[in-house]
Amino acid sequence: MRANQNSKTLSADELKFEELLASGRKIEPRDWMPDDYRKTLIRQIGQHAHSEIIGMQPEGNWITRAPSLKRKAILMSKVQDEAGHGLYLYSAAETLEADRTDMLEKLNNGKMKYSSIFNYPTPCWADMGAIGWLVDGAAICNQVPLCRTSYGPYARAMVRICKEESFHQRQGYEIMLTLCRGSAEQKQMAQDALNRWWWPSIMMFGPRDDKSPNSELSLKWKIKLFSNDELRQKFVDIAVPQANILGLTVPDNDLSWNEETGHYTYGEPDWEEFFEVIQGNGPCNKERVSNRREAHENGQWVRDAAIAYAEKRAKISRPKTTQDPL
Amino acid sequence: MNTSPAPSKSDLFKYTLRQADNSMVLCQRLCQWAARGPDLEEDISLTNIGLDLIGQARSLYQYSASLCDQQVNEDDLAFMRDSHEWSNLLLVEQPNGDFADTIARQYLYDAWHLLFLEQLTESNDTTLAAIAAKSIKEVKYHNRHSSMWIKRLGDGTEVSHQRMQDAIAAVWPFTAEMFIPDELDQRMLEFGTGVDLKALKHTWDSQVSSLLVDATLSKPVAGEAIVGGRQGQHAEYLGDLLEEMQSLPRSMPNHQW
Amino acid sequence: MESKKDYPLWEVFIRSNRGIDHKHAGSLRAADAEMALQNARDLYTRRSEGVSIWVVPSNQIIASDPDDKEILFDPSKDKIYRHPTFYSLPDELEHM
Repeated sequence: MRANQNSKTLSADELKFEELLASGRKIEPRDWMPDDYRKTLIRQIGQHAHSEIIGMQPEGNWITRAPSLKRKAILMSKVQDEAGHGLYLYSAAETLEADRTDMLEKLNNGKMKYSSIFNYPTPCWADMGAIGWLVDGAAICNQVPLCRTSYGPYARAMVRICKEESFHQRQGYEIMLTLCRGSAEQKQMAQDALNRWWWPSIMMFGPRDDKSPNSELSLKWKIKLFSNDELRQKFVDIAVPQANILGLTVPDNDLSWNEETGHYTYGEPDWEEFFEVIQGNGPCNKERVSNRREAHENGQWVRDAAIAYAEKRAKISRPKTTQDPL
Repeated sequence: MNTSPAPSKSDLFKYTLRQADNSMVLCQRLCQWAARGPDLEEDISLTNIGLDLIGQARSLYQYSASLCDQQVNEDDLAFMRDSHEWSNLLLVEQPNGDFADTIARQYLYDAWHLLFLEQLTESNDTTLAAIAAKSIKEVKYHNRHSSMWIKRLGDGTEVSHQRMQDAIAAVWPFTAEMFIPDELDQRMLEFGTGVDLKALKHTWDSQVSSLLVDATLSKPVAGEAIVGGRQGQHAEYLGDLLEEMQSLPRSMPNHQW
Repeated sequence: MESKKDYPLWEVFIRSNRGIDHKHAGSLRAADAEMALQNARDLYTRRSEGVSIWVVPSNQIIASDPDDKEILFDPSKDKIYRHPTFYSLPDELEHM
């Protein structure tokens, strides 16, 4: 019989769970799972969903002002995808018996968090380029391994999301490329955007491994498959050559290529700022959450009406189901 | 009497531009809902409708640009014209208001738009007919979506009923314009290129009336029609909408984006 | 509170193409069936992923208990003669 670190005997349920994890098979909603596994997943999937929903705002802000019809249509579909991705993720979280209404309420009253990257403002069109290129680029580094995460519904949601997001980064890079090949003023816009988004993107991977309290357990449970620092390194290695192609300068004086390791060495981000933003003191925290809350509250009468209508119809007749063969 | 077998290029340009402007302005209004919808699913639906409309606007602007005497492209037409040069219907520029206002505007337009496109597929201008045929599938869905909400808000709660009723009343005076042809409409109709606006009225009336009955809403009494959109006489709303939409390309003209 | 109610949950199944079964795509919330269908179309077929959609109220799905897995599914494991590879036939017999 196997034993865990506390040399406590594992129950049959625990044993089955551990075996499933070890064999690389997925945990599915009706399987037994440790409470902390469930809680960690709800927290992570919920935060991820909230990030998609809050993430609509910094770009939604430019939909009405996109400088060409093509860019407007692209941005509309990107922001729409983000709403969709939020919904796929809420749907995955709901299989863990987390209620979407409840999660949204916790987002609205600050009890649940979302990625701090969305607390930075988007004053300039070039920010749409930088977000797509860097923020979505960093998100992809995070998300691709999550397609193999141990919880089935989360993994399946991630597969769908990754498939749909592949255009998000490309459209962002294309915006940057167009600006960099345009006038000097446009190129400066692109450089400014890179300056503002580089460090927040680096910090998207979370604290350094030695300062990341939840990481170890998540790795053990195969909720996470790579550590924060591994993913961050991967991102830097990909993004720096992309900046070079644009002819832009990455705002990191310590950045250099390390022949020995085959990786870029990069500087230390301002972690104090990171924790400030997480604590809710970022430039746009209050605005983002209050916009979300306002939309939710303004929509209450609409949702009430739809429910009232459905209840009235249900009383008049049973809901119509398909009588013909499916 | 006009004896030429086809409309003049400049007439066709103006006529196409009108339809493009309708789709564009309504799309821009729906864009203002981004991340503000009454529920997350509805956010996605409103954007879907917006995406259909911008697609229609682009096809129509591209066609207009090809008919224009000056060297212009779709973006010049959308971003470089002032409010008095826009020829959209007044209905579509009405502000979003609350969700009931948006749905009232959307439904009354969708119902008309669908009938308009059905006729336009018969146009002897093959490009317009083809654009209409493609758009019709999209607008059928728009119409189904807005009808669904008219019923739910109308026959939902007391609050929603009142809001829906007020919203219908508020935009009603702008609907008359959809059925009043001007000289250009008349000429386009005579050539077999344009739509007979007067002929749409009867069907629209009966469809709208029957949906309003279903939704337990009453039909406003026809008051005085407010017109002028097609002639470029717009409320300040449109100026504000365009100022936001056009600000960047106008502040940096002749740039690629 | 009465006014804080959210829509019920629906499961969505999409047929991606003719000749293929409907496959579970995920869930969504909607007040009634008509809304659920429209939302499913907008949420799960934004890239023309479907030719047909089913929506089912989530609470109407009856699922087997994973603890019953052994009772339900293990008995069929030893009936290997139900699989074509059980039979060894001469190589000359090409298509069977």
